[in-house]
Amino acid sequence: MREIDASAITEAVRTMSMSANYDLGDDVVKAFERGLEQEESPTGKAVFKALLENSKIARNEKVPMCQDTGFAVVFVEIGQDVHVTGGAIREAVNAGVRKGYEEGYLRKSICDPFTRTNTKDNTPAVVFTEVVDGAGLKITFAPKGGGSENMARVTMLTPSGGKEAVADFIVNRCQEAGSNPCPPVIVGACIGGTPELAAMLAKKALIRPLGTKNPDPELAEMEDQLLARINNLGMGPQGLGGRIFALGVHLVKHPCHIATLPLAVNICCHASRHKETEL
Amino acid sequence: MSEVIRLTTPLTEEDVASLKAGDQVSLTGVLYTARDAAHKRLVALLDEGKELPFDAKGAVIYYVGPSPAKPGAVVGSAGPTTSYRMDAYSERMMEVGMKGMIGKGKRAGDVVDAMVKHKAVYFAAIGGAAALIARSIKKVDVIAYEDLGPEAVRRMEVEDFKVVVINDTNGADLYEQGQERYRKE
Ligand code: SF4
Repeated sequence: MREIDASAITEAVRTMSMSANYDLGDDVVKAFERGLEQEESPTGKAVFKALLENSKIARNEKVPMCQDTGFAVVFVEIGQDVHVTGGAIREAVNAGVRKGYEEGYLRKSICDPFTRTNTKDNTPAVVFTEVVDGAGLKITFAPKGGGSENMARVTMLTPSGGKEAVADFIVNRCQEAGSNPCPPVIVGACIGGTPELAAMLAKKALIRPLGTKNPDPELAEMEDQLLARINNLGMGPQGLGGRIFALGVHLVKHPCHIATLPLAVNICCHASRHKETEL
Repeated sequence: MSEVIRLTTPLTEEDVASLKAGDQVSLTGVLYTARDAAHKRLVALLDEGKELPFDAKGAVIYYVGPSPAKPGAVVGSAGPTTSYRMDAYSERMMEVGMKGMIGKGKRAGDVVDAMVKHKAVYFAAIGGAAALIARSIKKVDVIAYEDLGPEAVRRMEVEDFKVVVINDTNGADLYEQGQERYRKE
């Protein structure tokens, strides 16, 4: 049994709260560079230029790339041979968020759903814990802003609709979202599972590095087709008109009940933030 | 891209009437910030017949909730928030003289109609370019609702604050026009 002190989790989350908000991943920066080259609309090109400059300022000056520093969503993969000592995992994560958001001058955006009273320290985090093989502990920190979260949807399609119904729903979701989720966006979707599992897996699909191919050839083909269809809508960067509304489409599939065809869509803005730490 | 139109706030009726959807505009002067929680209180004040905490005549309201300023900085990152959450309150603000709104995302049809009726425009700033946008903000003071934290009403002095006109006083919509131009079947 490997022992890991809870304080190590807190420290990892504290550090990632800041680094995720300051340092945009290279995969996203590269996608902006490709976008700048490929975009036909002058306004769209100007948007890509601004986003490249914005990510540079954020990285160099250690300021958040976006004022909405998000809900702290944390995926914990814990090996079954690990024993966390000195505190509960959830509390350790929340302590890290509390520290990171305060020390890093990050916005606290979490409130009571009815009174709208702010919790003032950006907690609680949303923590998904999965027990896996081995003696490792991997923490993925993926803060997400409200503007793009508001565009997420879960639907229960009729199985006879098949792939076509899935594709139509995803394309329509993008059209309806328009400029709200700060395009260029990444479109995550999970087909199958149960409604609550699909929602979680659609969110998790966003973490896959941009520009990588789906290991499932069927999904890879669907991703290419969907990307073309979504971008052919013509909404472009910021929805101002242009070629590139989406930088990528990330699909995952999960077996479902014989009577159902669940679909969850989660759109992520260009501030696609996620960091990983292995303890 | 078209020539940048330079305007200073407060905006006049003529300033606003000359703008067309798609125009690139550089704003200098004062912006007031308010998100939905603040709008709710502002409109409640108007309903009670009370004064607003700022002069609405010609005012430009920026829909933003900045991140905290680091020591020595004027403001943290400060990009626009999604505007449809303010749709329910916007006509009321236009009635008392507000001439411009800055946010991101499409407005409801009745808000677009109200812009035509009251001669006001809706601008977009680049959503998520918040560290870059903060550079054109020179001074910030909280003037009301400090308890709302990031959602408090702030007076912001800005220089060369870049926006694009989405809805003009003729009811045109850049989101629709732009998509129309680049749509492929
Ligand atoms: S959708 Fe993303 S980029 Fe846009 S304001 Fe929200 S967090 Fe920032």
